[in-house]
Amino acid sequence: MQDIHARQIRPPFYRDERVLSLLSQIVVLGIVLGLGLFFISNMIDGLSEKHSVAISFDFLRQTAGFDIGESLIDYSRQDTYARAFVVGLLNTFQVAALGIVFATALGVLIGVMRLSPNFLVNRIAAIYIDVFRNIPLLVLLIFWAQAVFLKLPQVREALILPGPIFLSNRGVAVPWGVPTDSWSAYLAVLGAGIALGAGVALVLRERGKRTGRMPFIPLWFLGTVAAVGLVGWLILPQPLTLDRPFLDGFNTKGGQVLSQQFLALLSGLVIYTAAFIAEVVRAGIQAVSKGQREAATAMGLTPTQTLRLIIFPQALRVIIPPLTSQYLNLTKNSSLAIAIGYPDLFAVAGNTILNQTGRAIEVFALIMGTYLSLSLITSLLMNMYNQRIRLVER
Amino acid sequence: MTTAATSATRSLPPPSERYTILGWLRKNLFSSLFNTVLTVVAVAFIVFILQSLLRWAFTSAEWGVIPANFNLIMRGRYPAAEAWRLWLVLYLLGGAVGMIWSLTTRQIGTALLVVFVLPFALMLVPFFSWAIRLNLLLVEVIGIGGYALGRYLPIERRGRAIAYLLIGYLILMLVVLRGFGEDANTLPAVPTTLWGGLLLSLLLAFFGIALSFPLGVLLALGRQSQLPAIRIASVIYIEFIRGVPLISLLFMGQVMLQLFLPDGFPTIDRVLRALVAITLFSAAYTAENVRGGLQSVSRGQHEAAQALGLSGYQTTMLIILPQALRAVIPVLVGQFIGLFKDTSLVALVGLFDLLGIARTVLANPDWLGTQQEIYVMVAGLYWIFSYMMSYASRRIEEQLGVGKR
Amino acid sequence: MKSRAKFNKTGMILSMVVGMIIAACIGPAAAPAVVESDEPTAPAMQEEAQSTLSIVQERGELICVSNSMLPGFGFLDSEGNFSGFDTDYCHAIAAAVFGDANAMEIRPATAKERFTVLSSGEGDVLVRNTTWTMSRDTDLGLNFAPTTFYDGQGIMVRKDSGVMSLADLSGASICVATGTTTELNLADQMAAAGISYEPVVLETADEVFNTYDAGRCDAVTTDKSGLVSRQTILADPSAHVILDVTLSKEPLGPAVRHGDDQWFDLVSWVVFATILAEEHGITSTNIDSFMNSEDPNIRKLLGMEGDFCAKIGLSNAGCFADVISQVGNYAEIYNRNLGPDTIFNLPRGLNNLYTDGGILYAPPIR
Repeated sequence: MQDIHARQIRPPFYRDERVLSLLSQIVVLGIVLGLGLFFISNMIDGLSEKHSVAISFDFLRQTAGFDIGESLIDYSRQDTYARAFVVGLLNTFQVAALGIVFATALGVLIGVMRLSPNFLVNRIAAIYIDVFRNIPLLVLLIFWAQAVFLKLPQVREALILPGPIFLSNRGVAVPWGVPTDSWSAYLAVLGAGIALGAGVALVLRERGKRTGRMPFIPLWFLGTVAAVGLVGWLILPQPLTLDRPFLDGFNTKGGQVLSQQFLALLSGLVIYTAAFIAEVVRAGIQAVSKGQREAATAMGLTPTQTLRLIIFPQALRVIIPPLTSQYLNLTKNSSLAIAIGYPDLFAVAGNTILNQTGRAIEVFALIMGTYLSLSLITSLLMNMYNQRIRLVER
Repeated sequence: MTTAATSATRSLPPPSERYTILGWLRKNLFSSLFNTVLTVVAVAFIVFILQSLLRWAFTSAEWGVIPANFNLIMRGRYPAAEAWRLWLVLYLLGGAVGMIWSLTTRQIGTALLVVFVLPFALMLVPFFSWAIRLNLLLVEVIGIGGYALGRYLPIERRGRAIAYLLIGYLILMLVVLRGFGEDANTLPAVPTTLWGGLLLSLLLAFFGIALSFPLGVLLALGRQSQLPAIRIASVIYIEFIRGVPLISLLFMGQVMLQLFLPDGFPTIDRVLRALVAITLFSAAYTAENVRGGLQSVSRGQHEAAQALGLSGYQTTMLIILPQALRAVIPVLVGQFIGLFKDTSLVALVGLFDLLGIARTVLANPDWLGTQQEIYVMVAGLYWIFSYMMSYASRRIEEQLGVGKR
Repeated sequence: MKSRAKFNKTGMILSMVVGMIIAACIGPAAAPAVVESDEPTAPAMQEEAQSTLSIVQERGELICVSNSMLPGFGFLDSEGNFSGFDTDYCHAIAAAVFGDANAMEIRPATAKERFTVLSSGEGDVLVRNTTWTMSRDTDLGLNFAPTTFYDGQGIMVRKDSGVMSLADLSGASICVATGTTTELNLADQMAAAGISYEPVVLETADEVFNTYDAGRCDAVTTDKSGLVSRQTILADPSAHVILDVTLSKEPLGPAVRHGDDQWFDLVSWVVFATILAEEHGITSTNIDSFMNSEDPNIRKLLGMEGDFCAKIGLSNAGCFADVISQVGNYAEIYNRNLGPDTIFNLPRGLNNLYTDGGILYAPPIR
């Protein structure tokens, strides 16, 4: 009724929607900007008065002076803070990438187990989910690092599994390939294999579209790549030699060593995140309506085909968005490495570098900027994938 | 997967087969070769886990560390002379829970029994003193009293009654715990530096939830707003917070906050700083969850509300939000559980919450090397509270019939 | 168009609410600052920063930044009380300022946050086994009161490892706490000797030793006092040995912020007073018998001659007497927390009076 009134006579400005909306926006913006300016000016004043230092990232070029336990690139104490930062970043990448892969595998397994008709299997999955979803990750990580991995035998009494794999409370040492001269040639062969596999996949897809019988393309692709890889391996003179770990002095030498901190962090992250992924997977599969399954059966599809062609693609649509946020959570949660001594981005920058340089603002700006861009890139990629598999609505 | 496809075609066995133990076993555990193999593997797995767990718990674990540090674990350094205030808070909690329960559901189900058996079960803990047991009994009695009282309240107004009850309880709790002035005779102030243990964890979670929820709803509405400035500000806030780890916000609060404030500004309480970081962090996630709910409300609801002549405010508060929130209750509770678990991160910035206290107990020379016992107990405590929350959420879902309408 | 208008209204209400909430959030916090400016102290504040002593006195208690996880120096016991060598010096300062050793509160801090906590004004004094170094003294804006504990960084290894010197540690894993000078000293010394090693960097001293004890590391490094005290509580103390090398000098003492000389003097002289008391044989139990002493040195220390407490801003002439009677002299503080009757049984070594072969030497009060 008011609206009819309003249309007839021009309202006073304090009731005019346009004026009011503009005003309210200005008020909010003013408050936000004002607060921001207030904080920043305080900070600059405080810094210049109390400590007579200005914001500057020059310290990144100074010598770091501390050692880092594990690094994917060459690093020594003579390197700069910037390089130490990159070491931390790469460690974060490493644990996040491996964590995502393993957590997805374990999560899908538990999720499918949760739907199993077998009572015991079903219960085990349910208990797993209920237990690990309700315990803080930090407690789990500390428990895992201090009460599990540290209680493994000492390195001199290490469990030696065939390989040999050394299992001790320092971590796990496994045999690792060392490239020889022919490694680069082998890489070229592998590249060719991937190209060939892609070609095969394209051809099969076209044929599948024509005949209406779509083969399982990823299998063909992987098969082709593997076949080419195998042939290349046999023809070339040993592209990789195996470096076996052995016990020498204090530690194992040779091979690849996965440290106790890394393993504790990785397994903690995987076990925790898998419980959430399992729920996501279960919900996704259950979200596909029963009618779909029945219709597929009625059309004569085998159970495997039903799962692969009908259930899974539809479930994926429900699964992807929450799965994305689980991946993001895992990446951000890897910052809890600080509690168990794995030198990730946050531990190196937020702990050691900050402590040595005292440049809290610069260091935190770097850390937060890095995590923010990591998150944005991951969600961008996942959104693109989500767009691709989305239901086309008309 | 295979059984689901075939079960539709198979006719039901006679009841005698369905309801005998043997029939049940056959159907659920040994229906096919694959299933049998699974069962055998699962049994082996369960036996292995249980055996190692029980062996540890009854032979090698030194449980003495827990009774010896029980007070520290429960209330941190909260002075023993003022411990009665914690009991008072628990009495009130018992009353409030009883009342809310009788307001939300009028029948006595198994869930109710669980809640009411809990204090009795706690009384059986062997190392508890008689004073603790008596206090637990009082909590129980007051809880039952609250339940009885709740039955006399008109059920039509229960939403409002619960809201007032909760807000009133939160305020009262804070007053009782914090006390008044330094020199007050009744309820002398207990500074937050002395709060610790389970008490601090629960308080951070309580107030974190209570504060982040309205802020999150506001942000969600802001993100849906037609006003660009508000929308953009909300989006930036939400995306920024969701992009960084909570630990970085907590560190900033503890280490850098003072830098952003003018000289001579009074020092802000450390617990409050942690609470603010947790609240700001959680609000961004709440906002995204609530937004999901807002999007699920169909456009017709808007239009219908307008057709009835409701104002924008009324439409939002009476039509849109109730439906949106109802749709996202499970997600929200999940997130609140996450918030509760996340309070453990304050241990990393030097507060003595449950985890922080556990770490100081481990630094005590008398109790070195008891990591397994302490952390199992800490994990157990977190688990109990998280599980109770998710259990309550399932009950509320059933009550409100989410997914059934 | 219509629905748009309605939404606008929602938006407006929202923005108002947001604005109000933001205003409410900053309101109460900002209010005390405004109120304070009406009080008489405010003009002084504008000219020069308020003195630490007057802030402490107004507050009625001392806030002491200290450790909560280092047995012997500062840790939280099962009853929820802080105790230790550093904690006792906090008590001593409180006793001098207020005549009440308990008028203080411990602000527990981790190694990495301790300096920020002090420099941001959250604490009044830092007594947290902190090493006096040049960069901390200058860059970080700290003033170090006299050293209360002379220490040096050592390395502990297992006896059966056969390690005798640093050079034997080639390829070893070494446990070290993060954010300490220890971590840097280790890196420096090992680089100087050209030895490669794996640092295992952990957050708290407790985790460092727990990790070492579990065999994750071949060696553990921290201040020798820490090694000695921690060795006693390892699973098998006799299986470990502290190498006869000193990686660094570690003078530990209280620190205060730059820019308040009076407060710096106060903290310094409380430390000296405990040392002087030991020199004169005055303890918390026999202090009364010294009240009639004719020795001018003792009379000055106990406040019966001269107005030395006034020189550090205190009106209570017996400020040092309060320290001695309530907390004790240096020997008492040492023995109570680290001495023969404790599980640590740490020899005093350098921390003896200069008359007993140590280097504790306090300037005279005159």
